[in-house]
Amino acid sequence: MNVISDSATMLRRNFRHTMRNPLAMFNGIIMPIVLMFLMVYVLGDAFSVGVNYADYATPGLILTAICYGISPTAIAVNSDMTSGFINRLRVMSVSRSAVLNAHVIGTLLRGLVAIALIIGVAFLMGFRPSASFAQWLGVIGIVVLAVLAIGWLTVAFGLASKSPESAGLVGVPLMLLPFLSSAFVPADKMGPGARQFAEYQPFTSIIETLRGLLTGAPSTGSTITAIAWCVGIMLIGYFWARASFTKRA
Amino acid sequence: MNGSAIAASGLRKAYKDKIVLDGIDLDVRAGTIFALLGPNGAGKTTTVNVLTTLLTPDAGKVVVAGHDVVTETKAVRAAIGVTGQFASVDDLLTGEENLLLMADLLHLPKAGRIAARLLDRFDLGEAAGKPAASYSGGMRRKLDLAMTLVGEPQIIFLDEPTTGLDPRSRRTMWEIIRELVASGTTIFLTTQYLEEADELADRIAVLDQGRLVAEGTADELKRRVPGSHVRLRFADRHALDVAAQVLHGSTMDAEELALRVPGDGGVRSLRALLDRLDAHSIDVEELSVHTPDLDDVFLALTGPQNKKVNAR
Repeated sequence: MNVISDSATMLRRNFRHTMRNPLAMFNGIIMPIVLMFLMVYVLGDAFSVGVNYADYATPGLILTAICYGISPTAIAVNSDMTSGFINRLRVMSVSRSAVLNAHVIGTLLRGLVAIALIIGVAFLMGFRPSASFAQWLGVIGIVVLAVLAIGWLTVAFGLASKSPESAGLVGVPLMLLPFLSSAFVPADKMGPGARQFAEYQPFTSIIETLRGLLTGAPSTGSTITAIAWCVGIMLIGYFWARASFTKRA
Repeated sequence: MNGSAIAASGLRKAYKDKIVLDGIDLDVRAGTIFALLGPNGAGKTTTVNVLTTLLTPDAGKVVVAGHDVVTETKAVRAAIGVTGQFASVDDLLTGEENLLLMADLLHLPKAGRIAARLLDRFDLGEAAGKPAASYSGGMRRKLDLAMTLVGEPQIIFLDEPTTGLDPRSRRTMWEIIRELVASGTTIFLTTQYLEEADELADRIAVLDQGRLVAEGTADELKRRVPGSHVRLRFADRHALDVAAQVLHGSTMDAEELALRVPGDGGVRSLRALLDRLDAHSIDVEELSVHTPDLDDVFLALTGPQNKKVNAR
């Protein structure tokens, strides 16, 4: 199938981009680690969450890492559209799926590398998960779903933005969402309004699912909600991306 | 291959209420260079985008390489290559990687050999391993064109291929374009440089505000504007008046103290003109011979409207 081999070709190109512009990936790794130091060493003792704070904060930091790591994707997608490179590909009959798939899969691989590093650092800072092997697989599954969902949404943002500069800003609201979730502080300790928002926004269910799996006590309710959110966001991002791709290119 | 490489009739395209192409007819013979000439905003890029399947026309029929651009998009795409107005190379990839990327997307075997041959042909061998971001403007255009040639298209569209290039790079590009046509490729070129159209094209069409205002060979177009003349400038009004009486059929520009004398610009008629001036003891300050060039054609054909466009 051409779509698969073309996607692989385009993915190879995106991989080279990441390797030649490592700073872009840095932001997605360093920022969550800095945040982790702040949360665990500086602020952690101020929050009483009932458990070891490194254990509590790690799931949220995993999600934060995803959000910090997506700006390069939005910028890359947008530059492809605005630089005329996409017209070259279109005249060559390269399918739009191949172009967009490659960006999403590239985001996924970058995200997984960043998350692996962050979990490594978390271990050094006292993170002691009690998940079984199957539960670890569950963690990986949820993380992959979350990255795909946010990845497709990012690609759609990148396609809809007018310039690479504005595309680069799409990560900002997503970077704030973890703070308005149960990532660092339990939702029931928040003020009115913020509490309801935190309880019902998608990040909280994803974080609670990861937390449950990592502590060896998964919760079925939040797992179903998390999967539903991820699939929903992914579908919205996917169709939005396809529609703006057709309109733009 | 003989016959039409590109045939368009009644081509129209509008963006919302702004009409960009207002009924264009084109016929480009296979194996020739066709230049679409026009000022900025005339609709050149829109024409290229329609002919290359990137835009759907609102009306009209366009056949490229024997296939309809709307209904047989894939077949058209397989036959054409496009080098856009802005070099569309991947800046983070090296020159060689850019070419390999094209070869891979076209599913060509022996990608490495194709890339090596093109790098050599375009004199990019030394820079092959450097990222395209470090290339000069001329090198980027060459790489861009090389990427277009990976698939060995029958018809190549070049949208302002030399805009922004220095004179030397421009001449290199012209050489490359001539070589392509010599090997049987059809070239559709847009340009705002008359010199370029004159230098390269077998046929030229002049596009202004979405309409073709003229079409023909460079010589045919030049014949459409007033013929050659000799321009004489005098030191004072008196000499000008005397000369105007002596030289019948001349037109006077009193402000410039100049006289425009029609003639073929040849040596014989020029000598006769000078003899007459001598016979009447008229001193000429300055003499220049004008033969019409494409600039005259361009300004004559796109004249007042062109000014309006530029003033915007």
